[in-house]
Amino acid sequence: MANERHTLTALVDNEAGVLARVVGLFSGRGYNIESLTVGEVDPAERTSRITVVTSGPPAVIEQIEAQLKRLVPVHAVTNWTFATDGVEREMALVKVAGSDRSAAKQMAAKLGARVLDDRGQATVFELTDAPANIGSFIEAMRPLGLCDVSRTGVAAISRDPG
Amino acid sequence: MSQSDTLTAQAKPETVSLTGAEIVVRALKDQGVTHIFGYPGGAVLPIYDALFADNGITHVLVRHEQGATHAAEGYARSTGKPGVVLVTSGPGATNAVTGMTDALMDSIPLVVLTGQVATHLIGTDAFQEADTVGITRACTKHNWLVRDANDLSRTLHEAFQIATTGRPGPVVIDIPKDVQFKTGEYLTPEQVRHRTFRPKTEPEAASILRAVEMMAAAKRPIFYTGGGLINSGPQASAALRELAALTGFPVTSTLMGLGAFPASSPQWLGMLGMHGTYEANHAMHDCDLMICLGARFDDRVTGRIDKFSPGSKKIHLDIDASQINKVVRVDLGIVADAGKAIAEMVKLWKAKDKKADAAALKDWWAQIDRWRARRSLAYEASDALIKPQYAIDRLYALTRGRDVYITTEVGQHQMWAAQRFKFEEPNRWMTSGGLGTMGYGLPAAVGVQMAHRDALVIDIAGEASVQMTMQEMSTAVQYNLPIKIFILNNEYMGMVRQWQQLLHGGRYSHSYSEALPDFVKMAEAFGCLGLRASKPSELDAKIQEMIDSPKAVLFDCRVDATENCYPMIPSGAAHNEMILSALSDASVSDEGKMLV
Repeated sequence: MANERHTLTALVDNEAGVLARVVGLFSGRGYNIESLTVGEVDPAERTSRITVVTSGPPAVIEQIEAQLKRLVPVHAVTNWTFATDGVEREMALVKVAGSDRSAAKQMAAKLGARVLDDRGQATVFELTDAPANIGSFIEAMRPLGLCDVSRTGVAAISRDPG
Repeated sequence: MSQSDTLTAQAKPETVSLTGAEIVVRALKDQGVTHIFGYPGGAVLPIYDALFADNGITHVLVRHEQGATHAAEGYARSTGKPGVVLVTSGPGATNAVTGMTDALMDSIPLVVLTGQVATHLIGTDAFQEADTVGITRACTKHNWLVRDANDLSRTLHEAFQIATTGRPGPVVIDIPKDVQFKTGEYLTPEQVRHRTFRPKTEPEAASILRAVEMMAAAKRPIFYTGGGLINSGPQASAALRELAALTGFPVTSTLMGLGAFPASSPQWLGMLGMHGTYEANHAMHDCDLMICLGARFDDRVTGRIDKFSPGSKKIHLDIDASQINKVVRVDLGIVADAGKAIAEMVKLWKAKDKKADAAALKDWWAQIDRWRARRSLAYEASDALIKPQYAIDRLYALTRGRDVYITTEVGQHQMWAAQRFKFEEPNRWMTSGGLGTMGYGLPAAVGVQMAHRDALVIDIAGEASVQMTMQEMSTAVQYNLPIKIFILNNEYMGMVRQWQQLLHGGRYSHSYSEALPDFVKMAEAFGCLGLRASKPSELDAKIQEMIDSPKAVLFDCRVDATENCYPMIPSGAAHNEMILSALSDASVSDEGKMLV
């Protein structure tokens, strides 16, 4: 069966070791992690949201969801990939160097990136977009002096009020 | 404010302050713990001090921490209560890892308390420091490092809840030494409830209805039962017996489920899987409805997965949702406690006045009888050598009418015991199924006998396995536990030798023990009775002597060294491709060899 890319979010108790449990589950059972994002979302309730982009055949994705739900500090697991009610974004910092960075700046402006820092011998662009568009932006910068990239991984959320 | 905080606030006036060590002992007693299996060391001395001051709990001093975990498993499996283990930091915790993993694989509830270096020393490579929660994260259902004495009682009570509810399993609570000395508030079990942990145990009515409809329509049905029925409690076995009686369907079981259904029933097909009976495996292959109750389609059960029961509809009942569709796609998954779900099936079958397809079942049983006629457990008898199968048969015959519990090590002897020792009740059979831990049986017998002082507890062992944990004989002697260690001594790691013969061209690489202890002398050195039988003619009298002895006994039963365990599904083969007798040229594909 063909691999599919899925974005899963897990609402978890923000307690010691919870990220290690999630990551250990993926490595221990041989699942892929394409990106992983984590942050506290409710300090009063001490909950965090972990967003994992993974890939695998449908049966494996189903197992990943079931295995995640089995972890004691995991409250809820959602698969956004085929849901029409979720949105996802990623941020990247992209560094371009060279004596003339004007072409890079023009291209960046066209693709919706902004200049975050331009004080030294390099320019750092910031882009928040769908992960595929981030990839396109990086490829566009490659011939224009690209020298480093830092990506946050995906954050995903529901469109619903609940 | 979370739910548990609310409960705490309401109960505030009731709390008392105790030291961390006192909290541990109080929490164990409030959880109904009467026995713990442990080994002291620097980082748990305050807890041992609290145990010294309070004689409400029986502590069993083992000889190695792995022994403590297996003893606790035997205790848990034979009583239905959680097993409790207390060990020190560092090597105490790492030695307990095998038993935790074993308990995780076989869903045995264990609460393991480990000492840890003082909080200010954590991360400094202190003496006997190990990252216990890091090491045990993958081999526990959940674990905690408790840094504040005020969190200790809540964590302990939550630990018991998590270990024993839903799919049972081992948990670890790592307690730094300074936390054991510090004072904290004590909450009782009634004051604590985990924020989110609520395993689903009630079946959905629609699923039960569909299952009953499928069963009523089946022409070639089979109940494929597993360890989940044992974990669910005796009411699950009772419900299965009623459902089997109502439907008239045949019943098989995994290694872990033996005893849930009585082996004396005409509906019993014996164990299934790699060393299961011909009739059980063929019925699994040819059935049109498989009703899997509390089993998990382990690779030792399914054989080759793409040829696994190709023509059947499948129902899978499991308390753990992640097991449904994990290995085999099923037509109906039911996530619930096995006892509750089977009781609901019984109720609905009666209420709807369902009838099995009698004509179809008659043909099905006629087919099963033809498979039974192959007598797949038959073996060639001998007057000169004790056949291991004969030894098990005699052990079974001579222990009738007694209150018997059987534990095993891992290997050929385990499979022969599973095939031939007939169990009528749950909780009588303690074996390492998922992890396959050689050395499990002797300490497990210690745990069983602690819980059942007057019972006849026998570890059916191999001479290789038993050497892995034989130091626990000393524990048995210390606590006057008359366990019987019945060694089928063939001088080989028998199952390894069998595979080397069948799959690796008879190249017996490192599977022969060229030096073995004199087990009789060893028994005497430990203060046990040592017995030896080498001829079939002397076996009965020696077994009787073992049973009659008030002491722990080590029985060196010298058996045919090259006997193979049949029937056998070779790796990479299907249920209907069993080997029934000794074939030196069994053809196994290279792919099959890789499947182990």
